[in-house]
Amino acid sequence: MGWILVTSATVILFLQNYPLYIRSVPTENELKFHYMVHTSLDVVDEKISAMGKALVDQRELYLGLLYPTEDYKVYGYVTNSKVKFVMVVDSSNTALRDNEIRSMFRKLHNSYTDVMCNPFYNPGDRIQSRAFDGMVTSMMIQVC
Amino acid sequence: MEAAASGGCGSGPPLLLSEGEQQCYSELFARCAGAAGGGPGSGPPEAARAAPGASTAASGPVADLFRASQLPAETLHQITELCGAKRVGYFGPTQFYVALKLIAAAQSGLPVRIESIKCELPLPRFMMSKTDAEIRFGNMAELHGTKVQIPYLITEKNTFKRMDDEDKQQETQSPTMSPLASPPSSPPHYQRVPLSHGYSKLRKSTEQMHPAPYEARQPLVQPEGPSLGGPGAKPLRHQASLIRSFSVERELQDNNSSYPDEPWRITEEQREYYVNQFRSLQPDPSSFISGSVAKNFFTKSKLSIPELSYIWELSDADCDGALSLPEFCAAFHLIVARKNGYPLPEGLPPTLQPEYLQAAFPKPKWECALFDSYSESVPANQQPRDLNRMELSIKDMADFPVPTQDVTGDDKQALKSATDEALPKDMSEDSATPKDSNSLKARPRSRSYSSTSIEEAMKRGEDPPTPPPRPQKTHSRASSLDLNKVFQPSVPASKSGLLPPPPALPPRPCPSQSEQASEAELHPQLNRAPSQAAESSPAKKDIPYSQPPSKPIRRKFRPENQATESQEPTTAVGGPASVATVKPHPTVQKQSSKQKKAIQTAIRKNKEANAVLARLNSELQQQLKEVHQERIALENQLEQLRPVTVL
Repeated sequence: MGWILVTSATVILFLQNYPLYIRSVPTENELKFHYMVHTSLDVVDEKISAMGKALVDQRELYLGLLYPTEDYKVYGYVTNSKVKFVMVVDSSNTALRDNEIRSMFRKLHNSYTDVMCNPFYNPGDRIQSRAFDGMVTSMMIQVC
Repeated sequence: MEAAASGGCGSGPPLLLSEGEQQCYSELFARCAGAAGGGPGSGPPEAARAAPGASTAASGPVADLFRASQLPAETLHQITELCGAKRVGYFGPTQFYVALKLIAAAQSGLPVRIESIKCELPLPRFMMSKTDAEIRFGNMAELHGTKVQIPYLITEKNTFKRMDDEDKQQETQSPTMSPLASPPSSPPHYQRVPLSHGYSKLRKSTEQMHPAPYEARQPLVQPEGPSLGGPGAKPLRHQASLIRSFSVERELQDNNSSYPDEPWRITEEQREYYVNQFRSLQPDPSSFISGSVAKNFFTKSKLSIPELSYIWELSDADCDGALSLPEFCAAFHLIVARKNGYPLPEGLPPTLQPEYLQAAFPKPKWECALFDSYSESVPANQQPRDLNRMELSIKDMADFPVPTQDVTGDDKQALKSATDEALPKDMSEDSATPKDSNSLKARPRSRSYSSTSIEEAMKRGEDPPTPPPRPQKTHSRASSLDLNKVFQPSVPASKSGLLPPPPALPPRPCPSQSEQASEAELHPQLNRAPSQAAESSPAKKDIPYSQPPSKPIRRKFRPENQATESQEPTTAVGGPASVATVKPHPTVQKQSSKQKKAIQTAIRKNKEANAVLARLNSELQQQLKEVHQERIALENQLEQLRPVTVL
């Protein structure tokens, strides 16, 4: 049940609904992002249960959560092991296309797998892998 | 780098050294270690290493140094006892530093106790006469006095290895250039050291000794007096047990970098050590160390988990959760470097890349293995190698996702590259597996072996059923084909007027004789269009060459041999037929001359045939081996799946 939250960018990686990894590019308003992420977690859970067997899923969560003054798109992604990646993207960016989001999630997932392969990483720890950080940074730079 | 001295070696009390202290102590240690080597005639580093010593300070110079501290003898005895030299029997780095600290404490008037060293102390002072030092330490080229940068203990020691390679002068310069985290503050540190004039002079003149001493690998320190521990056998680096492996790695720090600007280069010695450690964890050097095993092992290095995690990240290039031998060497090297104070690099240095490590250090075993495995002439070795390869973990199996073709391709390359080596056969197991596994690992890695292995197995399953087309599928090993051809009614049979070919052509050279004998037996019934004697005889030779292999060859050579013959579809028959035609040739002289030519051509063609067959043989064996591996992989999977289902 991990999370990654990416906004424009904020990345939060959650495991079992507690965060494994958080990264934001605009560092202000992080709490707002966290709040959004938490609310979107419910939506994600809902979708997971609804999907049933489909474990690896890429979904889009749309705005219903957002303040009317701001536009954010919240994207979610779940891995086989129920690690949730949540990405919050500022809509004021030119809207990212779905496949871009998907590719970003795929990259996140790959990097996360690499982190898991490290025997010194205990699942549930916060992720401190530099490679992971680097990947997320490059992604966020790309987005912003 | 405060705890560097304390890390690794477990035999001393935890020691916190300031930077200045560290530098000073490291120099002193170097000097002592080197002096002993330099004095008695420093042989080549290897020789010195062979001596039962590691990076320990020789007793002689250490004793002299202690005496130079002008402390009473019994104080010195106490110090040596306390520092643990007596206990362990030699002056290792830790012991030496503790001793120095105790000396400083004693010189400051503090009681000689372990607790004393915990507080801040000035550097110990040693009065040494210049002449003594010079004599003892030999004449090394003058170093650039204050420019000498010995930033860190380890850096200094790292330079020792350079002695092996380069001129001593150069080497001594290199330590100065060592950029590794070496703040230019070392000169100031130098001056900070409240050493006597003689001592500082001594320093300058003996800077170059620092590298040398380390190589010297002095044997045990002979204690200043008999009270100091006896010369216990200094365990050779390589003999250090795993438990001591990380204390040994401090000795390895001498080996750390061949060149000051390349701390990430693994020396031959280091590599040997790493390989030995690898073997202790995983007997098959071509296989992997699993993550948990490696974790336990590296955790002993007492590095922090985040650092270890980062080191793993750097070294596990393909992120498969396991370390192959080059990855393991890289990881080990990074750990050693880190323990010696080098900051971890941002990325894996090029000299630590797995491909580089494999290429740069083609250990004889690997070379042997490659050569043997790919040697066409040593098919027997492939058998034990096959067996060993079969023992590969399932990871390897899973890592062979790409069909066998790639492996074959790799094999061929390895064959070409390794043909020069003459290698012991018992290394054959190391064979291509490292090369294969690495080349295969370079391919898109299969992350979840359990899930994808089945697919791979299925994929692989498609390969075996399509062996390379044998040249003559229609030909069976049995002589039936021969017989077929033999019994085929041949039109020109009459033409040749074949007589039963003589059992052997006596004038023919020996290699062909037996063949021809067997061949001859077949030919009695041959009736074939006549062919020129020359062609027929080589053809004939080809046929008897060996029944099954000759069949393909026969086919090949048929066209050649019977270019001028009136060809019949069954070439084999042509051969015997042509051979048969040879025999009835009336003139013996014709026969002899033509036979000579025939013999020569036959020899040539036989050789070609040999080559072809040998290649074919090797290819087939390769396939056999691959199929074996697949089978084993599948069996492994089955075993793995079985307990799951049971549960």
